Amino acid sequence: MSAPIRVLLAKVGLDGHDRGVKVVARTLRDGGMDVVYTGLHRTPEEVVTAAVQEDVDILGVSLLSGVQMTVFPKIFALLKEKKVDDMIVVAGGVMPDEDVEKLKKMGVAEILLQDTPPQEIIDTLTGLVEARGAR
Amino acid sequence: MARRYVPSLELIGPASDGETWAVARLISRAEAGVPEAREAIGQIYKRAGRAHVIGITGVPGSGKSTLVGKLVQRLRDDGLRVAIVAIDPSSPYSGGSILGDRIRMSDLVLDPDVFIRSMATRGAVGGMAHAALDVVDILDLAGFDKIIIETVGVGQDEVEIAKSSHTTVVVSAPGLGDEIQAIKAGILEIADIHVVSKCDRSDANRTMTDLKMMLKDGIGSALTRGWLPPVLETSSLNEEGFEELVASLDKHLTSLDGPAGVERRAQISAFRLQKAAETLLLERLRQQANYGTQTRRVSDRATDPYAAATAIVDQFSRETTHV
Repeated sequence: MSAPIRVLLAKVGLDGHDRGVKVVARTLRDGGMDVVYTGLHRTPEEVVTAAVQEDVDILGVSLLSGVQMTVFPKIFALLKEKKVDDMIVVAGGVMPDEDVEKLKKMGVAEILLQDTPPQEIIDTLTGLVEARGAR
Repeated sequence: MARRYVPSLELIGPASDGETWAVARLISRAEAGVPEAREAIGQIYKRAGRAHVIGITGVPGSGKSTLVGKLVQRLRDDGLRVAIVAIDPSSPYSGGSILGDRIRMSDLVLDPDVFIRSMATRGAVGGMAHAALDVVDILDLAGFDKIIIETVGVGQDEVEIAKSSHTTVVVSAPGLGDEIQAIKAGILEIADIHVVSKCDRSDANRTMTDLKMMLKDGIGSALTRGWLPPVLETSSLNEEGFEELVASLDKHLTSLDGPAGVERRAQISAFRLQKAAETLLLERLRQQANYGTQTRRVSDRATDPYAAATAIVDQFSRETTHV
């Protein structure tokens, strides 16, 4: 029996919209994954510290507040500081097309926008972990 | 993003230096049961055994996670390094889980001397996760003074925590009245310390009285012989009762200095050996050539489960003795 994929889902900053992230959490649970949910209003420091301790395969950050270009650089800097170079970072929520390109260049593995069907989220995350291989 | 697989044996050094990434990775491998990690986990076992392992258990919603959060803050005031293993249930259908205990401990996240790890039960019964004690050893190696295992919300019979921890705290919430009566022959027996949580509520007194009466009537486990479990009250809301809880935990730890402690540690080791043997044996039996046939025969009612199990075990014994 292979171990379930571990995912940490986080809401960062002044964004109180957690209906979507809770739906995603349940979707991933039903897809057989272990989902750590950290709750609302977290800082990048809190999220990365938790993700490193939990050693998740995937760090998923849900943003509906438009601060992605501030938050993701911080997350990558913190991961580097904590000597973690194999965590898959995924963004979810609502963001403009031009940011999607920039985020990908920055190292965000996938950006799952608001109209992504549940099964596609599961398949995308599973595919990312398979492509990474054993760790 | 190919990256070198760091062998588990090479993680022991950085983990014992307290490097979070190495501790976290070893835990993942222990939890996943990666065969490559078995030797490393064995070595870690031999080096561990220094930390005070505290089990916290109680019914769902009794306030375990919030209490753990407040307790850890109090332990941090004394300068102790604390790790928390928080266990939540896996779905019996998908195998997935939502691990949400962290939300109640968010004040602790940025403290570098606190480590929180969430685990799913993955089909284990007894309120624990299969690899929880391997995880405890890894945290022990990493130098944590206190390691707190928070079980899943339990019912009446999930008492494995008492065979896994040095000190077991059973949390009861007020307002469960009749349920207290119903469960008193089960989980309440394993407590080294009773805590009634949410004592800011007016009905907490009754729960306190019920528990004290129960203890007076002489119900107590063999594990706690020579130790009278105190009944404490806490309020996480008002941050009350935690001085007393820490004092009780210390007192119980001191009581384990003598023969009681030797016995307790021997019980924990024996339990771990038994669990390891069960896991290994089951794994080997499932690989037996006749396992599938016997499963089908039971399903067709051509034989009964006990006879089929006997046939599998007998064949396994014959094969192993001829080696």
